[in-house]
Amino acid sequence: MNKTAEEAGTLAKAAASVQAGHESKIAATNVSVFYGEKQALFDVSIDIPARQVMAFIGPSGCGKSTFLRCINRMNDTIDICRVTGTIEIDGADIYDPKIDPVLLRARVGMVFQKPNPFPKSIYDNIAYGPRIHGVAKNGSAMDEIVETSLSRAGLWKEVKDRLNEPGTGLSGGQQQRLCIARAIAVNPDVILMDEPCSALDPIATAKVEELIDELRQHYTIVIVTHSMQQAARVSQKAAFFHLGNLIEVDETEKVFTNPTDKRTQDYITGRFG
Amino acid sequence: MSATTLLAIVLILALAGYLWGRANAGAIKQTGKAMHSVPAYHGYFVALACGLPAFLLVLVWLAAQSTVIDAIIVADLPSYITDGVEASRMSLILSEIKSIAAGRIFGTPDQALLDAAERYSALQDIASLAMVVSTLAIAIAGMVYARSRLSLEFRARNRVDGILRWLLIVCSILAIMTTLGIILSLVIESFAFFSRVPVFDFLFGMTWSPQTPIRADQVAAAGAFGAVPVFWGTIFISAIAMFVALPTGLFSAIYLVEYSNKRIRSVVKPLLEILAGIPTIVYGFFAILTVAPFIREFGTSLGLDVASNSALAAGGVMGIMLIPFISSFADDAISAVPQSLRDGAYALGATRAETIRQVLLPAALPGIVGGVLLAVSRAIGETMIVVMAAGLTATLTANPLEGVTTVTVQIVTLLIGDTEFDSPKTLAAFGLGLVLFISTLALNIVALQVVKRYRERYE
Repeated sequence: MNKTAEEAGTLAKAAASVQAGHESKIAATNVSVFYGEKQALFDVSIDIPARQVMAFIGPSGCGKSTFLRCINRMNDTIDICRVTGTIEIDGADIYDPKIDPVLLRARVGMVFQKPNPFPKSIYDNIAYGPRIHGVAKNGSAMDEIVETSLSRAGLWKEVKDRLNEPGTGLSGGQQQRLCIARAIAVNPDVILMDEPCSALDPIATAKVEELIDELRQHYTIVIVTHSMQQAARVSQKAAFFHLGNLIEVDETEKVFTNPTDKRTQDYITGRFG
Repeated sequence: MSATTLLAIVLILALAGYLWGRANAGAIKQTGKAMHSVPAYHGYFVALACGLPAFLLVLVWLAAQSTVIDAIIVADLPSYITDGVEASRMSLILSEIKSIAAGRIFGTPDQALLDAAERYSALQDIASLAMVVSTLAIAIAGMVYARSRLSLEFRARNRVDGILRWLLIVCSILAIMTTLGIILSLVIESFAFFSRVPVFDFLFGMTWSPQTPIRADQVAAAGAFGAVPVFWGTIFISAIAMFVALPTGLFSAIYLVEYSNKRIRSVVKPLLEILAGIPTIVYGFFAILTVAPFIREFGTSLGLDVASNSALAAGGVMGIMLIPFISSFADDAISAVPQSLRDGAYALGATRAETIRQVLLPAALPGIVGGVLLAVSRAIGETMIVVMAAGLTATLTANPLEGVTTVTVQIVTLLIGDTEFDSPKTLAAFGLGLVLFISTLALNIVALQVVKRYRERYE
């Protein structure tokens, strides 16, 4: 009955605890993920700091995307997937039965590997989230959200004259920035990015990376990437996954120049992966 | 030798040609040099060159033989029989000659006819012998010619490809020609009807009562051919059917794609498809024996006046028939929406219902609309259910508890029984058929266009 009220309470408490000096935004403890019988992730524990970019690196199938999708409970949409352990955002466990995954996903936005704009107009793509959450109805309030989100995603100048054209008509890089703007529009705290540049050309990639760097001022960002250079360019902290285990997590510079684990070193120097 | 035996022999020859060609190619291969095509293609080439022309010859021969022989017989008949005889009488004379030739003699036929019958038998024998000889000659000639072409560099693959392409073209042309033939016969008969009943009266007349006197001295109504009540009946019953089928089919598709798990889906989907496999006449039983009495009793208990052949019963059962049609189209359309769009909506915090309503359905809409239009055109053309369950009198009513009649029902009733094929009553069936054909054709074209556009979007 009073679920939302309770939730709001939990969130408020959590927000208070952040102001009280917790520097970590997301804290995962002993997270394991199973797809049916198969275990995909083994006892991952990690702290992700607020307003920084954390990069997950590692060879394909190492569990980095799986872990990313745990943070906004996207794995819930897969029937056979089971998650154990706790993930706290601002001190509140997101797998607590009191938490509504739908509201959680409004706070933890996600950008996917392939740009996936809805087959709607550019305007409606951005307005979709705020509309379903009742943040704003149509009209000037919504216009403002659309403009702010597109501006933050660095797309406003390119599309302001054709907001009514379909979002699917944009170029790949523009589509991806549209998807970032769409995620920003619901005003999340955290943005998860699952290889956001793997389908883009180098110029579009550079633009998105630039954007990620700017977004760091407002949002906590977790990015999965296969590109070592990209991880080095955009992230402040990096975590190396291997075969479902978190091997090493540290300042990006340290991971890339002076890794403690041999496997990390082998991967970074291109000996496997 | 019958045509079947002949075709069997041609088939055996073709098989022999295949083995011969392949064996020869195998021999070339033994020499150790690289061949253009693998031996099997050499075999196919010889087999096709042997079998195909012979097969076509048999078909053409069978089609032409009786016409040619008939023409020879008629030309040889003495003038006292053929003079001033019209075509229908001439065909009677010909069938008399044929039955005499087959040994069925009634009464004492004219000597000229007996001679003609004898000649007919002789011609038949000559013709079949000639067919056998020429077919086998062509088959063997083709085989020998093809065999002589085989060599190391012979491009058997390309040749076989070319022959197959022509075969495919001929098959598709055949299908198109058949359709054209059907349309032509429909149009010609309709013209005969519209020369008796003005088009305007037919399309816009409000009274349908196609009873015309069969004999001049018979007392009967003059006949009224205003088709509006009949068309209305079809539209009305189809609308009732869609009213039943659309929500049920669409919602069951949404459930199956988005909510059910694999186990439920593997049970429910085949069950739904069983509905599609039920013959429409069985739906007819169901409508007339179960649904119609139920509606009637239920209506009577409410104090309503329900006809025993109510539009509701016919339309409702037709709707049940269309459920699997709509649900499978909607299922395909919704499944075709990429998973990434679902993920995108969920990641923004949309619930399942919001995702379906605002993202999946709009994206799948063209496919669903296409399926619905095809379902409507099936509803319009559906015959058996309405023949059994809908009424016969053409009433212009919007009350689903009354009986209405449909275009297909009227066509059936107009054409059964002892009727001349040149009275307006029977010809009216072709007029109705033409309008029905044009409307379902238009619906199908629109539906296919819509479906095509939606395919382009995701592929």
